[in-house]
Amino acid sequence: MIKELTCICCPMGCALKAEVDTQGNVISVTGNTCIRGENYAKSELTAPVRTVTTTMISKSGTPIPVKTKDPIPKEKIFEVVKAIKSISPGLPVRMGDVMIADVCSTGVDIVAARTIK
Amino acid sequence: MNKYDLIVIGGGPAGMAAAIAAKKAGIDDLVILERDSVLGGILNQCIHNGFGLHTFKEELTGPEYAEKYADMVRQEGIPFELDTMVLSVEKIQDSELKAVTVISSKLGVATLTAKAVVLAMGCRERPRGALNIPGTRPQGVYTAGTAQKLVNLEGAHIGKEVVILGSGDIGLIMARRMTLEGAHVAAVAELMPYSSGLKRNIVQCLDDYDIPLLLSHTVVDIKGNEKLEGVYIAQVDDNRAPIESTKKYYPCDTLLLSCGLIPENELTGGAGISIDPRTNGALVNESLETDMPGVFSCGNVLHVHDLVDFVSEESARAGEAAAKYIRHGLGEGGKSIELKTGNGVRYTVPCRINTANAPDLTHIRFRVTDVYKNVSIIVKSGDTELIRKKSQILVPSEMVDVILKKDKLSSASDTIEVFIEEVAE
Amino acid sequence: MYDVAIIGAGAVGCAAAMELSKYELSVCVIEKNSDVCEGTTKANSAIAHAGFDAKPGTLKAKLNVRGSKLMGELAEKLDFAYKQNGAMVLCFDENDISGLEELKKRAELNGVQGVSIITGDKARELEPSLTDSVCAALLAETSAIICPFEMTLAFAENACENGVVFRLSSRVEGISKSDKGFVIKTSTGEVTASIVINAAGLYADEIHSMVSSTPLGITARRGEYLLMDKAAGGAVSRTIFQLPTKMGKGVLVTPTVHGNLLVGPTADNIEDKDDVSTTSKGLGDVKAKASLSVKNIPFGKVITSFSGNRAVGDTGDFIIQQSDVKGFIDAAGIESPGLTSAPAIGEYLCEIVSGITELKPKNNYKDTRKGIVHFNSLSYSERNELIKKNAAYGKIVCRCETVTEGEILDAINRPLGATTLDGVKRRTRAGMGRCQAGFCSPVTMKLLAEKLGIKVEQVRKNGVYDTDRGHCDE
Repeated sequence: MIKELTCICCPMGCALKAEVDTQGNVISVTGNTCIRGENYAKSELTAPVRTVTTTMISKSGTPIPVKTKDPIPKEKIFEVVKAIKSISPGLPVRMGDVMIADVCSTGVDIVAARTIK
Repeated sequence: MNKYDLIVIGGGPAGMAAAIAAKKAGIDDLVILERDSVLGGILNQCIHNGFGLHTFKEELTGPEYAEKYADMVRQEGIPFELDTMVLSVEKIQDSELKAVTVISSKLGVATLTAKAVVLAMGCRERPRGALNIPGTRPQGVYTAGTAQKLVNLEGAHIGKEVVILGSGDIGLIMARRMTLEGAHVAAVAELMPYSSGLKRNIVQCLDDYDIPLLLSHTVVDIKGNEKLEGVYIAQVDDNRAPIESTKKYYPCDTLLLSCGLIPENELTGGAGISIDPRTNGALVNESLETDMPGVFSCGNVLHVHDLVDFVSEESARAGEAAAKYIRHGLGEGGKSIELKTGNGVRYTVPCRINTANAPDLTHIRFRVTDVYKNVSIIVKSGDTELIRKKSQILVPSEMVDVILKKDKLSSASDTIEVFIEEVAE
Repeated sequence: MYDVAIIGAGAVGCAAAMELSKYELSVCVIEKNSDVCEGTTKANSAIAHAGFDAKPGTLKAKLNVRGSKLMGELAEKLDFAYKQNGAMVLCFDENDISGLEELKKRAELNGVQGVSIITGDKARELEPSLTDSVCAALLAETSAIICPFEMTLAFAENACENGVVFRLSSRVEGISKSDKGFVIKTSTGEVTASIVINAAGLYADEIHSMVSSTPLGITARRGEYLLMDKAAGGAVSRTIFQLPTKMGKGVLVTPTVHGNLLVGPTADNIEDKDDVSTTSKGLGDVKAKASLSVKNIPFGKVITSFSGNRAVGDTGDFIIQQSDVKGFIDAAGIESPGLTSAPAIGEYLCEIVSGITELKPKNNYKDTRKGIVHFNSLSYSERNELIKKNAAYGKIVCRCETVTEGEILDAINRPLGATTLDGVKRRTRAGMGRCQAGFCSPVTMKLLAEKLGIKVEQVRKNGVYDTDRGHCDE
């Protein structure tokens, strides 16, 4: 199966075509102008990940910016956001505080991105 | 207490970096003036990640980047005044000093003086009025940054069905942000045939959520008297004129505008400092000094940057130059070289280099006027090529930075031209 | 039971309320919007016309000239922005100079002072940015510029202070007449009154027909405008009109009383009276026509465009009279020069009321009103005084217009205070500058939300709150 995607490694934005076998392995990549495109296609097609950033609303209503400490599987974005929105912590928080450990069994923590007193 | 060596106007990434660099260069008598109630400027509302890869070698969110700099400001013991708005900057007659008039609840209206001033006020968004979009003026039309502030700092839920005009990075980021907050983003319309945002943002903010990017499209009408009911989007022709037959209605309660940023140079203009009409920022020399001696400019108030890391780097240079000016003045008597733009180059910062003050490495920053593939960036003086740098891709959305070594300046005449050389296929 | 109910809180309704508040009467103003000054009054040329344009003998002529004469003193007493900047009517064709002479004759018959005809060169000497195609001009010294928002708010607040009740967010749904008077059914309950003044602007025809069977027609005529940055405000110092010709009425170029540059309007009759949209054709026409008058207008400095609908009556004149139904008074068809005429219309309506019921002057009538301080226009020492008294004046909320938190809080907390972003904007100019509320609106929204006890996202730009039960300010 051929999958198409845009490379994000530089502004060139190469239109990549990747041949993927039935197990989801990338067999070949074309359309790239450098090796980064090939690597990008392989990781993006086998296990795409994203860092999620959003706000968690504190008890007092103040939004606390938070992020996943590391990227999480792309398909879990909405689940993770829902988990973040489901709690309302008290203040203060410090930048780097773990707000949710191992969010949605991803092995990744949600941390505060700003100190709010 | 009203006399300083250095006043830095603005406590965002530019102002903080300039102040820290000046302090490290030995200037202790300085102050940062910030109009908001916290340091950090616009970064506080930019909760997405992607900041700091150059500066901190890790990917940070805006608030984290800001907090790291604010911590450095505190560690360096640099004083700052919050909720303080600068009303004017003036050169004091028959003196090298500058008068900076401020207002705050704490200080009232007060005039401070300084040997040097760094202008780091940032930029603002182009509003709807300046875009001349016809239609009604209902609730629900926001610039992307205003919406970002409402959503991220006030926790407001501003709309459910969204259309975005302009594919600037803030618009793209807000497309994802609104989606994660439960809204549906129907489309992002971009007047130009290319996006003005980063490729990464198009993939991760639009493609990830199946949000269509309509290139060569614009909003031609806005409907709804009190509240926004919908917009008409049409394709534009090569002259960017809407094609009536392609008009399509998008019902929506929110229209976000991400159509460009304008440096906030009211103070600069008020001071009588010359403004470059191409950047809407001050005309500066190699030391990032404006044509008012001892007044420096950096960051988005000088020219709109693509990455905050470059703002910090540039601003640190402005801070160092200000320190040099305060300590022993900038050198005189060197040769003054004017930078001119040629094919494909919209502007350059700086636009003048004095050889007496040129650092070992002078950064020449500019934006290109179009998308260029497989070209060379040429910096040339007379017949002498000072720099030739190949580039696979140049796009208007990304700032270009070329570095001119000091020893090259000796072979330059009084003008240097920067241009893009397109290679025949 | 009120003695007088006024329907509509635009310039005319508020002027009538102010005039009537001088007498021992109970007066109520009913307004469908959540604020005064929401209809035709908020979008027009903001000119206090000298009075040379109106046909001698008409109500328009009489009330315009009277209004123009009253305006300066009212501005002082009631603290609203007014500047007598003079006006010119430009003529571009030698063959049309007779048109200028006609206007000059009208000025004389209408009793307007300070009107003369000057040459094109003289005109360019007075206004150097006029184009070379100007061949002659009418100069009118008594023309002035005003702030229509401030003027209307001043009338309303003065009326309020003198006891007039404002029933806002109340749409009139029907009127019946009984022996005791009129019963006005509104979206927030009934109001009864002996006398009704119909100052409903574009909808005066609908209100009229709720009571009367005689016809009264109102057409909405839309005018589109472009407003430019203060950096462009110095393009002209006078209000520059064009002599109407068979090619059309022309557009004006004028500084505003706050220092911006305003150009417009178009004049298109439209079906939907609420349609205040702008069009690319309309704004294009405005630019093209304005460029005939003034050289190098910096259209790159446009900060906003808007349009307003004028209520054009079917008689060619203002329709101000007691209708066929006793006690029901129309003040309808108040198109240009309605803004200028408003104070005079107020007086005229008082006269009509005095023919129905006896008017006894109030002993304690207060003829002055203090507006919201314009921090930006104070000296530095005055600003310091104010900040010492109230720290909120040290906090700048709107950077472009230098509007402080103190002014915004005053706008929200004073009688007939603002409840919407537009309401704050009209009272303080916060959001009226070059960034068009990009920076200040989140702060203003927060202040409004706190006062109204609602969430930030529920704060409205304009219009009526869903929960609004017609708040009365007495």
